[in-house]
Formats: sequence, C-alpha cells, structure tokens
Amino acid sequence: MSANMSTTEMEPPMSTGPAPAAGLPRLLEGVPAQGAMGLQAHIDIHGALPEASRRDRRGAAALIDQIEQAGLGGRGGANFPMAKKMRTVAAGRGKPIVVVNATEGEPASLKDRTLLETLPHLVLDGAGLAARAIGAEEAILCVCESAGVALERAASAIGERTRLPGRWPRVVLSSAPQGYVAGHESALVSHLNGGAPKPTFAPPMPFERGVRRRPTLVNNAETLAHVALIARNGPRWFRELGLTDQPGSTLVTLSGPLSYPGVYEVEYGASLSSLLDAAGGTTSRVRAALFGGYAGTWVDGRALPSLALSNAHLGPHGATLGAGVVLLLSEDACPVAETTRVTRWLAGQSAGQCGPCVHGLDALATTLEQVCAGAAAKGAGKRVEQLAALVSRRGACSHPDGTARFAMSAVDVFSEEFADHAHHGACDACARPSELPLPARTPAATAV
Amino acid sequence: MSERLRVNPIACEAHGMCAELLPERITLDEWGYPILDERPLPPDLVSHAQRAAQACPTFALLVERERARR
Amino acid sequence: MSAIVAAAGAIVAAAGPSAYWYLTRSSGAVALVLLTLALVLGVVDVRRWSTEKWPRFVVDSLHRNVSLLALAFLGLHILTAVLDSFAPISLVDAVIPFTGSYRPLWLGLGALSFDLMLAVILTSLLRRQVGHATWRAIHWLAYASWPIALLHGLGTGSDVKSTWMMAICVACLLAVIAAVLVRVAAGWPEQLARRGAALGGAGIFTLGLVLWLPSGPLGKEWARRSGTPSTLLPHSTSHSSSSGEASRRR
Repeated sequence: MSANMSTTEMEPPMSTGPAPAAGLPRLLEGVPAQGAMGLQAHIDIHGALPEASRRDRRGAAALIDQIEQAGLGGRGGANFPMAKKMRTVAAGRGKPIVVVNATEGEPASLKDRTLLETLPHLVLDGAGLAARAIGAEEAILCVCESAGVALERAASAIGERTRLPGRWPRVVLSSAPQGYVAGHESALVSHLNGGAPKPTFAPPMPFERGVRRRPTLVNNAETLAHVALIARNGPRWFRELGLTDQPGSTLVTLSGPLSYPGVYEVEYGASLSSLLDAAGGTTSRVRAALFGGYAGTWVDGRALPSLALSNAHLGPHGATLGAGVVLLLSEDACPVAETTRVTRWLAGQSAGQCGPCVHGLDALATTLEQVCAGAAAKGAGKRVEQLAALVSRRGACSHPDGTARFAMSAVDVFSEEFADHAHHGACDACARPSELPLPARTPAATAV
Repeated sequence: MSERLRVNPIACEAHGMCAELLPERITLDEWGYPILDERPLPPDLVSHAQRAAQACPTFALLVERERARR
Repeated sequence: MSAIVAAAGAIVAAAGPSAYWYLTRSSGAVALVLLTLALVLGVVDVRRWSTEKWPRFVVDSLHRNVSLLALAFLGLHILTAVLDSFAPISLVDAVIPFTGSYRPLWLGLGALSFDLMLAVILTSLLRRQVGHATWRAIHWLAYASWPIALLHGLGTGSDVKSTWMMAICVACLLAVIAAVLVRVAAGWPEQLARRGAALGGAGIFTLGLVLWLPSGPLGKEWARRSGTPSTLLPHSTSHSSSSGEASRRR
C-alpha cells in the first residue's frame, strides 16, 4: 500500500500496483486518500490502547519486554535496539522525557511527514506509550518548520486526544529549524534547550542528560508508530513479518523514475523487485540506486534485481536501508553532475563547528566539481579517497562520514562516467534537469 | 586502567600546540586540525599528553581514562 | 628571620631619599615594559605566529609567564609605594580607585588598571573553571588596562620629564600601537565597524596623549595640578618640577 503525500518535490497518485504481501499493510492500514485519519477511525481499525500498558509500572515494564522480544530497531537510520534505549533512559538520573523526531531533514525521505499528515494517532499512541513505559510525563513532537501540513494535522490530532480516558503523558508540538544536521539527536536536543540546532560534543549523551538536563529518549516517529501496534498485537505478531535479525515491517520512501513513487510499507527481506512492482515499475532504465539517503551508498543498477531490502542483504554492497530511503537514478541522468551537486549541498549543510568537516567536505565537493568540468588535477580519485579518510570520525557528528560514504560510493559505482568527465568535461546529460531532490530553499547551515 | 587521547572537534580551533607537545601521537592535517592516534597511551607519554591538554587554548584536547563501553 | 626583615626594612627606610620611593618608580617602569611585552606577545599568540625555534607552545607560555612576571613587579611597585612614607598611599588606594588623597585621579587610574589586570590574570589561572567564553570576554579588558596604566604612569610618575622615562613610554606606546594594528588587521573580517572603532579608539588615545602631555605632566606645576596634597608641595612656585618634591624628603 502506498500513501498519499503532499510535497513540492514529488506528487504521486495512489498506487494501483499489484496486491501487497500478506500481513501488510500494518502501519499504513486504512491510510486515507485525503487528510488525516481521525481518532475514532484509528481506534476502529487498530483497537483501543491496551489497559495494562497504560496504567501501572508492571505494565510499563511489560511493554519494554514486549518491544525487546519483538526486536524493534530504530527507524531513524541507526537501527538501534529500541528496548535497550528505553531501559537506559528509564535508568537515568532525573525524570525522563520523550522527544519524537519527525524532523526528517533527509531530502529523499518522506515517511515521517506522511505518518504525521495521514496517520498521526499511530505516532501519538507510540509517544504516549513509550513515555509511560520509561516514567516520563511529557513527549515533545518535533516537526520541521517547513512541514506546514504535518504541523497542522499533528496539532489537530493532539487536540482530539484530550477525549482519551485516563491520564496520558502530555504531548507538546515543537517546530524545528530546517537543515540536514538539525535533525541529529544532539542537535535536536540542543535546539530544544534553547541553543543552536547543531550537534553537540558528547558526553553527556542525550539518554543521560538531554532536554532540560533530563534523560531523554529521542526516537524517530515511525519507530513509535510500531510501538503503538506492538503494544496492541504483541511481539509474536510483529515477528510474523520480516527476518529474524531484522523483524517486522518498515516504511520506505521510494523515488526516481517510477510509475508511482512514494512511501511504501514493506517487510524486511522483501525483494527490491517486488517493491518496484508495487510502485508500478520503473519508467526508464535504472543506472543505480541510492540506499539510505544522502548519507548512504550507491549500488549499481545491475546488482538491483537480486537485491532484498534488509541490512544483511545490502551489507555486502556496503549499504544499509538507513531511514528507509531508496532513490533510483535513471540512465538518462548524468550521475557525475547529480552526485557532485548533492555533495556540494551536503558540504553546505555542515553545521560549521568542526574544522575537518568544514574544510574536508568543501575540498571534496570542489574536487568532484573539477572532475565534472574536466578541470581536475591528476590523481583526483586518490584525492577523493584521501579526503574521505580525513573527514571520517573527525567531526562531532556523523555528517562528514555520511557525505564521504556518499561521494566514495558514487565515484566507485560511476567510475566510468567520472573517468569520462575527467578527460572530456561536461557531457550532454549534464544539462538535464536534476533528478536527485534537494530542498527548494535551504537556509545556510552556518556562515563558514 | 589506560588513558587515551580524545579531541572535542567543536572546541578545537587548530592552534596546533598539541602536535608540538606530543608529536608521537598527534599530527596535523592539511588544515591544521589534529589527527589523533587513538591507541592507549603508554605510561611514559601520559604526562606529556597531560601537558599538551593543559596547553590547549580551548581545552579541546582531552586525556581520558578508559570508559566502559555501552 | 623576622629580625632580619625588620633590619632590612630599617636600612631601606633610612637610605633616603627613601629607597622605597626609588623602588616604586623603577618597578613601575619595569612593570610597564613587561606589560607592553605581554600585550605584544598576546597579539603574536593570537596571530599564531611561530617558527621552528619558536613553536606555538613557547610563544603561548612566554605570554603567560611574562604576564605573571609583570604582575610580580606590579606587586612590588604597589608594596613599595605603600611602604614609602612620603606620599600618603594606603593599600586600599591600590585596589579601590580614586579614593586616595595623593593625586586621586592619576593614582586611581593605576588602581583601575591593576583591577582589570587582576581580572584578566585570575580568570586565566582559573580558565578551566570559568569556561572559555567567559575567559575570552574578560581577556579583552587587557586592551583597556594598558592605556590606563600608561596614563597612571604619566600622571603620577616622578620621572616623566626625564628623557629615559619618556623614551621608555614612547617605545612602549609604539609597540602597543603596532600590536593593535596587527590585531585589527587580522580580526573580524566582516565587521568593519568593530575594526574602525578599535583603530579609532587607538588613534584618539594617541592623539589625545600627544596633545595633553605638553600642558599636562610636561607642563608647569603638574605636581600641584595633579592633586598632590599641598603639604607635600615645595613652598616656592619656581620649584614646580617633580624634583621639587624630592628635595622635601628626609
């Protein structure tokens, strides 16, 4: 099943592809074609919130156990075990607080916005349940300030929930500034504490001392949506889909030359081909696919037919699903121009706090631009490798590492095109309109 | 109980005194920022490392006792 | 031990014109030179100048140590001024500006400069505790402390009219102006207003100084005009130079 989206970059109609796999959809069940699913419809489809997990401490501990048995991993990209995170925060000093990260700074990802625009009660259920389970009384739902519709619908949904019986943790809506690194955990916490939306140096980690110096559970919106269903249906139900080491279903933002690009729900381990079929198939030949977003990895088009959607399957190609981003690049595009443009954007998205990132990413983008224009010095490939090594693990966050990974895999997968550009400069395809999406108006992350 | 070097990359302003005082474990990249050897410090280098950390104008260089990993 | 100190004190006191008085003048001059050197080194430090023989950590340590040495000489300067029985200067006057009875304005400037210096040095010694941002903010006061110290020296000093003292002051002033120019040239590329203000401030100070000196400390009856208590002034108005004060001593 696919979901309707309202974005400036992609406007897909409802999917009319082949029937989804058995057991799906879960999150996307009953997703409305227009507007958000109201509270009553939500309860009708998924059932009321289970009593036990709402009220007592035993119930709260039971929920964390259930999440552990279900093997739920974070859906924000790191796939960190959710139960472990919850236990660590619950054991921290001070009253915990929950932060729902729906900022979705990744340009090629739409799933979190989609959840809030169409199925906000899933996320709000999960936020409340998680808060209860760790002893928190408040959850802060963070949405990017440019996601107007999501903000609106989240606010309405929060308003609807005052009708819910029993004492629920308070959910506060907060708008976060736009920016690729603004959605990083510590950057979000810094922003909520009144500071700049930039990553901070650890220690302390947010789970020890985060918002208002309290142990903070920062979770991706989709992760909490899964919590809402695990609480109702149990861990065994959750594990009916997916793989042993990566159980359950997940949302994937599929974009590129497709009949129906959009947000899809798949089970881990599903073949990429089945997903492409569900999206009505590709509309042109695919040169390569980017997995995980702009901090992710390119995989050659020829390897795609045998690929399955799980970190275990993508691992041998050096890729992960990340925050569920699959971005196809057509053969008509110039991969050198496209990836160079994105690398320059990523360099500009640096928070500007760490020397190696600021200088290294700029040098990386410059090198690629020189290659793209045919003006590169000899050994540019070696230079890219050298820069990638120089920036990795030398910043306060993983932004430089992600950019390095993106650039290195591009140079590797598109080696022929890069070599061609190095010798002959711009190609015909360079002038085509860009395929890889970037935000229309990005504020500078910082003055360098 | 071993000590290791760590740098706070946000505080670091590439003054470079650390590399002067502990060249065995710190080199500077092409922009003047420290590249640390992250192996545990041998006992004879610990006091030099501490001096380097004291000399850092922004306290970016840290000499840390081994922390229990999560 | 204390008997020896008492004896030494008595010898110093008896070797009039008071040895304390000579010590306070000389240590004041040395302190000014060291302060100048500390400021220049501070600019060299922040500009990150270094060579193979003068690595960064050496420049930085030198800046810190020269500042402490300046403070030591300043301490001597204050102590000897207080101990000297000619001018009624108490320890309080050294820290609380403008409350003394001897040339209150000009001595007070010395106290003010000293206070600023204390703030700079204390925050530097406790840098880890106060944090980088606070330390840096207070460190800027060093640029204020220096000109105030110079004015104090010119206003209170007994040696202003002598060539050697004037030469020292001019040399120090030139060194500080050069340092400020280098600092301004390197800093705040986007903030022309700030750079303009810094240069303007330095220029106005220097110009004001040059205009003031001839009618000020280099002019007639400065001792009286600067607030020396009348009991300490020479009777005859023809002895208006500072050497007139010296002839009144023991």
